[in-house]
Amino acid sequence: MDFDALISGLDRHTLDGITRGSIYALVALGYTMVYGVMKLINFAHSEVFMVGTWAVLGTYTAIGATAGMGVGMVIAATLLALLAAMLASAGTALAVERIAYRPLRKKGAPPLIFLITGIGCSIVLVETFGQVLRVIFGPPFGRVTVNIPSVLETTTLFEIGGLNITNTRLLIIVGAIAMMFALDTFVNKSRLGRGVRAVAQDPDTASLMGVNQERVIMLVFVLGGAMAGVAALLYSIQYDITKFDIGFFIGLKAFTAAVLGGIGNLRGALVGGLFLGIAEVYASIIWSSEWTNVTAFVVLVIILMFRPTGLLGESLGKARA
Amino acid sequence: MSQITSALRIGDRWDHAPKAVRWVALLLLVAFAYYLPYLNILPFAYVRTDLTSSGSDWASVLFLVVVYMIVAVGLNVVIGLAGLLDLGYVGFYALGAYSIALFGSPSSPVTQLIADRFGLSEGWAVPFAFCIPIAILMALVAGVILGAPTLRLRGDYLAIVTLGFGEIIRITARNVDGVTGGAAGITNVPTPPGPEIDGRAFFNTIDAERWYWLALTILILIIFLARRLENSRVGRAWLAIREDEDAAAVMGVAGFKFKLWAFAIGASLGGLAGLLFGSKQQYVEPNAFMVQLSFLFVAMVVIGGSGNIVGALLGAFLLTYLPERFREFVDWRPFAFGVAMVAVMVLRPQGLVPSRRRAREFEDRKQEAEEAAADV
Amino acid sequence: MSEPTSSTSTVAEEQVVLPDTSDHDKIAIEQSGKQGDVLLEVDHVTLRFGGVVALNDVDFQIRRGEILGLIGPNGAGKTTCFNAMTGVYTPTDGKIRFKGHEIAGIKPHKINHLGIARTFQNIRLFPEMSAMENVMVGCDARHKSSVPGVLFRLVRVRPSEEELPASGIRRSLAKVFGISRHTLEERAGRKRSMELLRFVGIADRAGELARNLPYGYQRRLEIARALATEPELICLDEPAAGFNPAEKEDLMGLIRRIRDLGHTVLVIEHDMKLVLGVTDRIVVLEFGQKIAEGTPDEVARNPKVIAAYLGEPDDAA
Repeated sequence: MDFDALISGLDRHTLDGITRGSIYALVALGYTMVYGVMKLINFAHSEVFMVGTWAVLGTYTAIGATAGMGVGMVIAATLLALLAAMLASAGTALAVERIAYRPLRKKGAPPLIFLITGIGCSIVLVETFGQVLRVIFGPPFGRVTVNIPSVLETTTLFEIGGLNITNTRLLIIVGAIAMMFALDTFVNKSRLGRGVRAVAQDPDTASLMGVNQERVIMLVFVLGGAMAGVAALLYSIQYDITKFDIGFFIGLKAFTAAVLGGIGNLRGALVGGLFLGIAEVYASIIWSSEWTNVTAFVVLVIILMFRPTGLLGESLGKARA
Repeated sequence: MSQITSALRIGDRWDHAPKAVRWVALLLLVAFAYYLPYLNILPFAYVRTDLTSSGSDWASVLFLVVVYMIVAVGLNVVIGLAGLLDLGYVGFYALGAYSIALFGSPSSPVTQLIADRFGLSEGWAVPFAFCIPIAILMALVAGVILGAPTLRLRGDYLAIVTLGFGEIIRITARNVDGVTGGAAGITNVPTPPGPEIDGRAFFNTIDAERWYWLALTILILIIFLARRLENSRVGRAWLAIREDEDAAAVMGVAGFKFKLWAFAIGASLGGLAGLLFGSKQQYVEPNAFMVQLSFLFVAMVVIGGSGNIVGALLGAFLLTYLPERFREFVDWRPFAFGVAMVAVMVLRPQGLVPSRRRAREFEDRKQEAEEAAADV
Repeated sequence: MSEPTSSTSTVAEEQVVLPDTSDHDKIAIEQSGKQGDVLLEVDHVTLRFGGVVALNDVDFQIRRGEILGLIGPNGAGKTTCFNAMTGVYTPTDGKIRFKGHEIAGIKPHKINHLGIARTFQNIRLFPEMSAMENVMVGCDARHKSSVPGVLFRLVRVRPSEEELPASGIRRSLAKVFGISRHTLEERAGRKRSMELLRFVGIADRAGELARNLPYGYQRRLEIARALATEPELICLDEPAAGFNPAEKEDLMGLIRRIRDLGHTVLVIEHDMKLVLGVTDRIVVLEFGQKIAEGTPDEVARNPKVIAAYLGEPDDAA
């Protein structure tokens, strides 16, 4: 137990936690939206994120982006990678919805079946990158960790009270919060967003009122997937790696974050993500990094015991709760 | 859906057969199960997994199948009957294996500590017979500790909390070197006592069929007990909770109590299966208990047909046996497994051997859908 | 998903099975008090949700052995009142007492053990269990077998002569070792369930899954399941919803016979004719307030009630 290390570097560790938490929060949005509308934990969402990181790698490889390019090229490559990741992730999410969940919905299968199917989809996606694509194309696919070029090199932009603010950090935090703000506005203000909220509150009434439920479901999968794509790019910028099973833990943490904040609640995802990110970093400093994952779940259980609906409560329908 | 109806018919025929016939059939089946390790008559011998030199030892595969069947019966109580999605079942399995390793192995830090403290002789360890209650109790207590705060929560949260629990057990086993031996694991895990034959212990690493028979005997006992529960006040309470928890409460069913029981029973069976596994391996290490194993366990119950023992047994058999039989495709195993999971769920959501209750329900829904379509 | 499925079977098609009344003594319940005593007391209950006053100083009693009707136009607070009585809501002010125990804060299954059972307006059976099993869940509420008891059957009971097997080794064994409490409870439960199914008139389809039963059968199954828990007070939430006149007539008879078994009955109903026909006393709610209380005759003549309730063209029928 090393509280001194935590106290002495509190600002730095908090910043670390916020960075990590921003990525959790973005992935958590996908869980939260799907849950809000379908009351379903989409277990394949972690892999939706994973596919995004591969899309980033693929884009960089395709345009030959490497470290040490000019500013213009860096921006172009990053934006292109962002687009590719969002498309790939959203596409994967949509494919899972169409191929696996929709037939089950049609059959009126019980919730448990959806969960199992989600787990199955997750395994299929993981193995696609770990095995199928390896056999077809060879490396970089396979069961090893792959480096992603650090196209955006880390430099210190400015200093606040002895705390170095780097460009990557700033991009991650600002980017994540901006995306969430955009999504929140979309759900609360736009006509499509109204449909989402209506279905989340009461699917039957919503469909009586002419809201196309199938379209809303597609929309939440696409939006959640796109957010996971953004998270995938930010993750690549921060950690410069990907792997076929990278999604599992991120997904688990993100789901924990969603539950922490109050599942179904968009702002809860942000709060839960940041909370979890900071808690993990603190815990890894106080004890050791091996216990990071344990902390996440202990925190979750404690919060759920005292606030069974999460920090902000569950409400995609009443997004302003 | 015609397969379902035929499955129903087999079931109905079974129900309507005279009691004596049923007993004889059952006894034959059990006898055949005990005979399986020696199965050598063509063409049946093709089911063996050791036909090629790289194949797995047939009796060992049978043993693993039966251990996973115990797991499936236990998890079926939790998922199939009480309707609680437990994604951390591997945690209980690991606890069982580690219990016997920690207390039964003379080289575990725990036994060494006890031996030092009380001045016991070198090589002292808790006898195998006492390890069984310890393992079951550890898993059961863990189940209660995990269940007590979480079973009051909504069902979806249970999935994530149990998932975390499974990981916590594994991470703890890996990181607390001083107690669990860390990543290196623990060797010298004890085996059940027995007479020496040909200068070897009765339960050794070579004669795997003895392990299989031991596990099979335990499995039969467990099925007997599980059926007692199913056809009782307790089993009905579980079903009622699964169907409509609020209505069950209004009818006087103490929901939390019965859910906790389901959880505890599931946990202790997981622990028992883990104990058998650890004892046969004579070696326990944290990487044997990855979270993916939990998914495999859940898949066994659900693919076979959630809520009925025969389905759970079949699921455990298929998902353990097939990968061993087709070992040459070892790299494709997880992929095939994932595809199978999705395909079975999408095409046959009721599982391969649905409980007859469920099968009827799915028939009905299909009829309703058809009638609705006809109306339009 | 678990909606009752009766869209295709019209209620009128059902064959009404005449109840067999010969077994009443077997399913009648024991009383813990005298007829006419106060069983449940709604003591000046006010219930507010935010700014909305759902119940305002509602005050009435249910006496042992009576059939009490609780009526009122839509939104009058009937269901709220009902939920408060079964422990779903806690009153903002005032108390609800059952046999002297305060209800608020007691868990639903404990309330059932105290002796209150209910049915649901929108049927909530256990759809994938048979009719028989549904009722047995109710019987189980009064049984004691625990998990170890079921597994190992160590709790033995000395059987009475009629519980002993007729002959053979089993009889001798049972004499020496007794019979496990679980086995006896299971037998008693099955017997009682069957009798209750007969009592409500649906015994012919005892083995069928609840979800497959026609609507009218489902309604009656709910009543049987509630009766199985041996409640001193049984609350029926709109039991006649969706019934045709002949079935309503049957239901009235059933409600009277339920009272004859020793249960006190609370009926929440929309249908005036049924309530006037079957109840001993009626409490009328409107806008969360009690506007009248009395015998059916008194209530039917009460101008306030006529204005509030009967005057509504929708409900006049």
